[in-house]
Amino acid sequence: MSELFIQVVIEGLLWGAIYALVAVGLSLIWGVMGILNLAHGDFLMLGMFGAYWLAILLGIDPLIGLLIVTPAMFILGLGIYKSLITRIVKAPRLTALLATFGLGIFLRNLAHFLWRADYRMLGDTLVGDRVITVSILGGTNFISVPKLLAAGGSLAATALLYWFIKRTKTGRALQATAMNRQSAALMGIDTERMYMLAYSLGIACVGVAGTLLTNFFIIFPEVGIMFVLFALVAVTIGGFGSIHGALIGGLIIGLIESVGGFVGIPALKQALVFAVFVIVVVLRPRGLFGWAD
Amino acid sequence: MKNKILLLCMAFILVAAFALPGCVPEVAPPEEEEEEEEVVEPVKIGAIYPLTGPLAAIGTEIKQVVELAADIVNNSYDIDLPFARGEGLPGLGGAPIEVVFADSKGSPETGLAEAERLIEMEGVVALIGCYQSSVTETASFAAERLAIPYLNPESTYPGLTDRGFKWFFRNTPHDYTFSETFFKFLEDLKEKEGLDHSEIENVAILYEDTLWGVGTSDAEKDLIAKKYPAGAEYNIVADIAYAHEAASVTSEVMKLKAANPDIVLMASYLSDALLFQKEFKALDFNPKAILAMDAGHIHPDFVSTLGADANYIFTREVWSLDLSVVNPLIGIVNDIYYERHGKNMDGTTARSFTGLMVLADVLNRAGSTEPEAIREALVETDIPPEDLIVPWKGVKFDETGQNMYGEGVISQIIDESWHTVYPSEFALRDWVYPQPTWAER
Repeated sequence: MSELFIQVVIEGLLWGAIYALVAVGLSLIWGVMGILNLAHGDFLMLGMFGAYWLAILLGIDPLIGLLIVTPAMFILGLGIYKSLITRIVKAPRLTALLATFGLGIFLRNLAHFLWRADYRMLGDTLVGDRVITVSILGGTNFISVPKLLAAGGSLAATALLYWFIKRTKTGRALQATAMNRQSAALMGIDTERMYMLAYSLGIACVGVAGTLLTNFFIIFPEVGIMFVLFALVAVTIGGFGSIHGALIGGLIIGLIESVGGFVGIPALKQALVFAVFVIVVVLRPRGLFGWAD
Repeated sequence: MKNKILLLCMAFILVAAFALPGCVPEVAPPEEEEEEEEVVEPVKIGAIYPLTGPLAAIGTEIKQVVELAADIVNNSYDIDLPFARGEGLPGLGGAPIEVVFADSKGSPETGLAEAERLIEMEGVVALIGCYQSSVTETASFAAERLAIPYLNPESTYPGLTDRGFKWFFRNTPHDYTFSETFFKFLEDLKEKEGLDHSEIENVAILYEDTLWGVGTSDAEKDLIAKKYPAGAEYNIVADIAYAHEAASVTSEVMKLKAANPDIVLMASYLSDALLFQKEFKALDFNPKAILAMDAGHIHPDFVSTLGADANYIFTREVWSLDLSVVNPLIGIVNDIYYERHGKNMDGTTARSFTGLMVLADVLNRAGSTEPEAIREALVETDIPPEDLIVPWKGVKFDETGQNMYGEGVISQIIDESWHTVYPSEFALRDWVYPQPTWAER
């Protein structure tokens, strides 16, 4: 039993790291711009399809495709920012919410139109279905390599983003913009550029997550919805605007889902996650690491 | 801060309300009107299916196949199917069938609203749909209230015909019948393989947690409790319901591993069936056999997506391409569908096709588009097996509206395609039992 329990914890952490990367982008965009990007899951879907088509049409493995999809998603983020988001940054928050919600519907339907509703999956990838066998506390456990890569890539991307925001000059400018747009502008920071950067970085994050997911997950136009709700919960638990908060929030959700589903009733595992969400909103609305405002 | 919480709640309501049933608001485009040369008005039939949302892949195929059936009725085809050789329905003065599609988005509430809209605004004379049992349940409620005949071709929740409805009829055999087939098959398997009873004793039941999956599992549990057939004994070692839109199914698979069953009885839609099969492999879960309740496991994408990893699943079926050896019509209709859409039909689309063909027969015999006349014709339906593309003994409804002659078969995925393995009169290939472990494949 303990062997299985350790396996459950491993799986929970792996999934948690993947949820976290989706959540990190969401949190960054919210933290800097005050916009809840409801189209986030649909960008994830676009990232997955991007990696998928690179592999199918050009034979580029997702691991290499990462180097193409991530910048492409960054540029897509720029384009969306310039054409849509820049018009709603100063609008009431509800307007922004509805605009990104509409954008999500548009992207989803576009995917339906372009690629049909079919389920797809990549067969021959470099990592394939490889499994590492590890021995923990005397038991034998499995770690799926594509999942491990996704989780590892997710942690690496989060760490990189964290370093960028905390340690670089541009990152500090981002933080300043997040704290107070007017003051930041007075200090000579081009806040418009910061917004653009935050949005594009957020989208690039799901580009990374999407590409790594294509190694083992099914790809279809509605796939983003499966992730975006959990990402919202992760961001709430971690605290809106906090990068490491989103990471920890993601890991917590992965563990609750996995361990809760194993120990308790699997049908209620999602309910458990949302129960934690409600408790956090009631008891500590700013989350574990959120900025109070 | 309050603003933020308010906004967050709003975001959740938006995403959850729209996303969980997995859908996008979309109004089904009205069918294009025919040139007004014909004097005969087309007969309007409403069809409600999940055309967007997570089930859109299946819904779209059903729409294609229903259109194909209408096309076969409306135009002249050289096929041995009723109405194929002529144009339109002779009993209604050669009137063609016009199918008005509506999108349920996979949600029972939308299904209900669309049923009302089709009846009240579009003036359809009968309804078919909705694939998912949970949606059929609500949509047929609207038909019952508004007194319009409803023919359900593919929802298998047993309780649908136990509601005492006057206007509800169902073509397909339901899950109770199918579950009986499972257990009869297991007896046959034990006998032919010379297995001792204890070798297939521990059963895990794994099902999606909406009406269909739960109904199926109830039927299975009921049959196990009754020791069906003839005193067969099974232990249920795991009873696992799951939400079919979840991204991770790891904890469910781990629970299965902990229970270590001999066989797993599954009821899954497509995305969840795919995720489970991937996860079974990743976590090295090796039961002796997996018996699935069609749906996701008979969808062509299940095999095209998973390739060889899809092999050895047993699934109950209502149709199989290899049955065209027994019934050539199956191959002929499938060929036309393949030519138009580049895919083979499956047990779901074969039943949807049959649904519209049965309704054409009913309307033709009714000789009128009055609801009462159509209902009477439905009650009197008696279609012989040679007019069907499914391996049934025919179509004839009992007093609850259930087709008495529907039958199930069991197929196994071998070499990446479905082969009928039970009952023996349809079996064209031997089954593989037990399934090889993942290490052996």
